[in-house]
Amino acid sequence: MTEIKTETKRDEKTEVRSIHLDDYVALLGEPEIDEIRTLAGKLSGRTVQMVNSTAMGGGVAEILNCLIPLMDDLGLKPRWDVITGGNAFFEVTKAFHNALHGGAYEARKEDFDLFHATTELNRKRLQFDCEFTVIHDPQPVGLIESRPGHAGHWIWRCHIDLSQPNPDVWGFLRPMVFKYDAAMFSSPSFARQLPIPQYLAYPCIDPLSEKNAELDPAYVRSVMDRFGIDVGRPIITQISRFDRLKDPVGVVRAYQIVKRYADCQLVLAGGGAVDDPEGGVVLEEVRHAAAGDADIHILDLPPWSAMEINALQRASTIIVQKSLREGFGLTVTEGLWKKKPVVASAVGGIPAQIIHKHTGLLAHSVEGTAYQIRFLLSNPAIARKLAEQGHEHVREHFLITSNVKRYLTLFLHSMQSS
Amino acid sequence: MKSAEHPFQFVTVSYLTRIGNQSARNLGELRDGLEKCSDASVFYHTFQSLGWHHFLTEGFSNDFAQWALSALNRAELAERLAALDIRGYLDLNELRTDLLRVADEFCNAHPDELTRPAFEPFYFCEAVEVTVPLGWEARTLEEFRRGVQHLSTGSFHFHFLVSRLRLHLRTNDFSQWFANELGLETLAQRINGMDVYTNTLDSARAKLIEYIDQELAA
Repeated sequence: MTEIKTETKRDEKTEVRSIHLDDYVALLGEPEIDEIRTLAGKLSGRTVQMVNSTAMGGGVAEILNCLIPLMDDLGLKPRWDVITGGNAFFEVTKAFHNALHGGAYEARKEDFDLFHATTELNRKRLQFDCEFTVIHDPQPVGLIESRPGHAGHWIWRCHIDLSQPNPDVWGFLRPMVFKYDAAMFSSPSFARQLPIPQYLAYPCIDPLSEKNAELDPAYVRSVMDRFGIDVGRPIITQISRFDRLKDPVGVVRAYQIVKRYADCQLVLAGGGAVDDPEGGVVLEEVRHAAAGDADIHILDLPPWSAMEINALQRASTIIVQKSLREGFGLTVTEGLWKKKPVVASAVGGIPAQIIHKHTGLLAHSVEGTAYQIRFLLSNPAIARKLAEQGHEHVREHFLITSNVKRYLTLFLHSMQSS
Repeated sequence: MKSAEHPFQFVTVSYLTRIGNQSARNLGELRDGLEKCSDASVFYHTFQSLGWHHFLTEGFSNDFAQWALSALNRAELAERLAALDIRGYLDLNELRTDLLRVADEFCNAHPDELTRPAFEPFYFCEAVEVTVPLGWEARTLEEFRRGVQHLSTGSFHFHFLVSRLRLHLRTNDFSQWFANELGLETLAQRINGMDVYTNTLDSARAKLIEYIDQELAA
């Protein structure tokens, strides 16, 4: 077992890229880009407000960092506002977040009061005068009370799994959600029965970001050298936090079965071991399971390792995502985009991406995962075909441009319906 | 070269997926859902599904068939549901009736399968369609060729497959225009006969252009 812990740090300030829709022509073709422009032409000059709870860090901020400049490039007038709140507020919303995912939560009146009070402060601080207002996630959901009469179109974009929410927290938020014109969820299985229309909005990746853009093969090689990984032998990789729900120990077990039949290496790369107490425990379990095998590479990477992760994925022979529970599984999307054959668990949003035997292979157990890896190692032509079709699936449906198009369509539909 | 009296109007289409309140956790619930779901849901899981997976040329036809295979592990039912060719339907209710007939036949032959839990639920969704004219049109076959080359896959799917539901005719926008406006009956029939199940939409478009080139060269 080799283990690397990166010590270097860098400025964590987010650099917002200058993005234009034309940057994506080479990847999507002119017809697709032109048609997005045609849809946007009907919305020229319309004002859009996006509101979330953080300007950097986290998937929503990452998406808005792309979405806002692209909408601007398309002639809309987008604005991005971030709510503010003290530590106590964000502790409450973190507790709400976990409770909405089905975690334990003991309802406290002071939590709900603080949520209302912080919402009131943000209502006074922010302006709400746009034709389309999109509120992201539960933290700013109460801003709907600032809607002037029934003006504009208000949409609640929920990025989290609401399939089994804590009844107290959901009971508190639900009356606010009911006041929106529509809600958007990342999967049909995440939605609730609501009296407002609910739309599907898959998460997406930016193919031009550090984590997904093409890399110089020399850079990929240098990263592999740095981590001591042999590019001459098959590499099986899972990128994910050291979290039990990602089942890294299960991945080690699957690799150990494969290893009886094929010479290969395993890379488990992720973070979460430093600031998550459970992450440290899981990392220890993985180390224990991997002990004595020099072909298992455990990489505890810092959050700013996007290019290294990109390189690891590109150098891999097979990408694995053996989660026990999953939101959407953007690491699967990333692997497919890089034309890698993917073996993944049939949980959360993964089956939407992995159409079994067409865009990848699904598995339901350690043994099944091992078998599918062995199958792909023995059948490289099939692996290539799955990878090609997986790439096409992502190109069509799970890129940032699809996200832009979905918002444009929703805005047009809202205008036509009202 | 003949010029059409009525030009071909290219449009772009975009769909929202509306999540319904119905789901199925076993075959019996799928059968009941099929009976009760909206036409927009039948459309989403058949016509739109074919467009969504247009780059796959084998094994995939509609969401019901795919679920029967992947979540119920019932290959026979999946094959029979997949065999329903959406081009044979001018009305979504006719398609629903046939989907139900296949499901009922399987349920009657295998009553013990009705309540067997699926690996994962089936969620009924609906398609919400938004169309916008692309702003360019064709009056001649050459202009049409240029236009169709510059069409996205989604818009090609709309003109080529979804059109029959709009026209209520066993044809498509392209063939209809070739026959009615340019008098090119043979070209219209050749294009209408292209197999979209064993071709991707991109390869169907390439064939269409090949047929047009043959017509232009004749």
